[in-house]
Amino acid sequence: MRAFITVLGKDMVGILAKVSMACAEENISIAEVTQSVLQDVFVMIMLVDMSGAKKSISEMQSKFDVLGSEAGLKIHIMHEDIFNSMHRI
Amino acid sequence: MINTHDIIETINMIDNENLDVRTITMGISLLSCIDDDIDKACTKVYDKICRYAQDLVKTGNDISSEYGIPIINKRISVTPVAMLASACQTKKIVRFALALEKAARTVGVNFIGGYSALVQKGFSDGDYALIESIPEALSVTDHVCASVNIGSTKAGINMDAVKIMGEIIKQTAELTADRDCIGAAKLVVFCNAPEDNPFMAGAMHGTGEPDCEINVGVSGPGAVRAALAKCGECDLSAVAETVKRTAFKITRTGQLVAQEASRRLGVPFGIVDLSLAPTPAVGDSVAHILEEMGLEQCGCFGTTAALALLNDAVKKGGVMASSHVGGLSGAFIPVTEDAGMIAAARSGCLTLNKLEAMTAVCSVGLDMINIPGDTTPEVISAIIADEAAIGMVNSKTTAVRVIPAIGKKAGDELSFGGLLGEGPVMEVNTKSPARFINRGGRIPAPLQSLKN
Repeated sequence: MRAFITVLGKDMVGILAKVSMACAEENISIAEVTQSVLQDVFVMIMLVDMSGAKKSISEMQSKFDVLGSEAGLKIHIMHEDIFNSMHRI
Repeated sequence: MINTHDIIETINMIDNENLDVRTITMGISLLSCIDDDIDKACTKVYDKICRYAQDLVKTGNDISSEYGIPIINKRISVTPVAMLASACQTKKIVRFALALEKAARTVGVNFIGGYSALVQKGFSDGDYALIESIPEALSVTDHVCASVNIGSTKAGINMDAVKIMGEIIKQTAELTADRDCIGAAKLVVFCNAPEDNPFMAGAMHGTGEPDCEINVGVSGPGAVRAALAKCGECDLSAVAETVKRTAFKITRTGQLVAQEASRRLGVPFGIVDLSLAPTPAVGDSVAHILEEMGLEQCGCFGTTAALALLNDAVKKGGVMASSHVGGLSGAFIPVTEDAGMIAAARSGCLTLNKLEAMTAVCSVGLDMINIPGDTTPEVISAIIADEAAIGMVNSKTTAVRVIPAIGKKAGDELSFGGLLGEGPVMEVNTKSPARFINRGGRIPAPLQSLKN
């Protein structure tokens, strides 16, 4: 099963490292990453493979909530199917 | 990979614009529970509901946390209980309501609908017994919802039933007067009631439905309003297009959740109800969509036209997003459940007359409207008759869910809490329609139904 992780916040050093570290800890494999900075807001989107993950999506969301509040970022993780069904016919 | 803009849009819709799946409703047939001994029938009803719905709430919560989309309500609809009541020798039908309440509490759903009778053409003994028991049933239970279908395009309007329902609504409010008359908020009178509606208070599981099925109701007024706000000063063709596109996306999430719930529970998927269902939360209002289109306040002239556009575009967008569509499908306008409607009613801009006109072009009817406590049963019956006539002639569902605010007058407030919301008591025309209502009989079906 695959999921999208989105990270929004003020650009700073080490955002990618923090999020990918959290994924590695739970055995989540990163398939694709795109990132951009729009008017000082850092936007990163990761497509990850959770087939070997130690945690469920909701557990990962809790982990990201903690990480996000420490770093001043908004981090979401959602099932890929939500985006596929909404944006693809 | 899906583009960044689309991903951010989805997250915004859920995080900031209150996009959610409003309800997963499991429809359960109780026809197999019919018994002439009401105790045996009630035991069968309780057992069957608990057996079928034992994993409903857990499955809903699992899907919600796994997909990251809120699923607000998990509910049950059952076969109209009047059919079970017809077989019973006792008239103490309220025991069915207690069995439904007990089952609802055991499985943890927040409403159970189907304490209902279909009397568009006439009554059976069970229908009479059930209708008479509604005030008591709704006062001794918290989760049970009742509905009565008093008319249809094919059958016309049963004016005897209309007369009785005016009295029943009043009695129901009186019996729950100590709780802001909440009983009447769980009772709806329909014309052309759909048999697969997942939304309360009118949910029921019709006789043409399978033994068990999953129906899903979507929501998302906040997301539609936000999309319109981004359009700026475009023309109404562009407004309709934007609503359609947003409704498509909203409905796709509902379809996804419905299929997933159906698969996990091992129950067939019934329909997705393409509805814009508001809540009292800020940013989740249908009235605010109409105001975003350019009305100073919901209720002013132009409201009916704006609502017609909205209702049609929601259906057009939603139909393509779902394999099976049903239920009420359209924009809801429940006054006390919609922050914008509450404000408009308080300011006097939104009146009962305007609401009646609006119901001719949207999916339901006069919904969640507080009326003065001294409104006579005949006036309530006449409100039902007018609304049913709109539904009958236009081949659409209409409904009346008015709450007589016992001991209160226009301008006072009722507060129900939760999704049922709060709102002012609205002015009602008090001139008497008693002679008309007391005639009884039936209003014949309109000519358009004779197409066979």
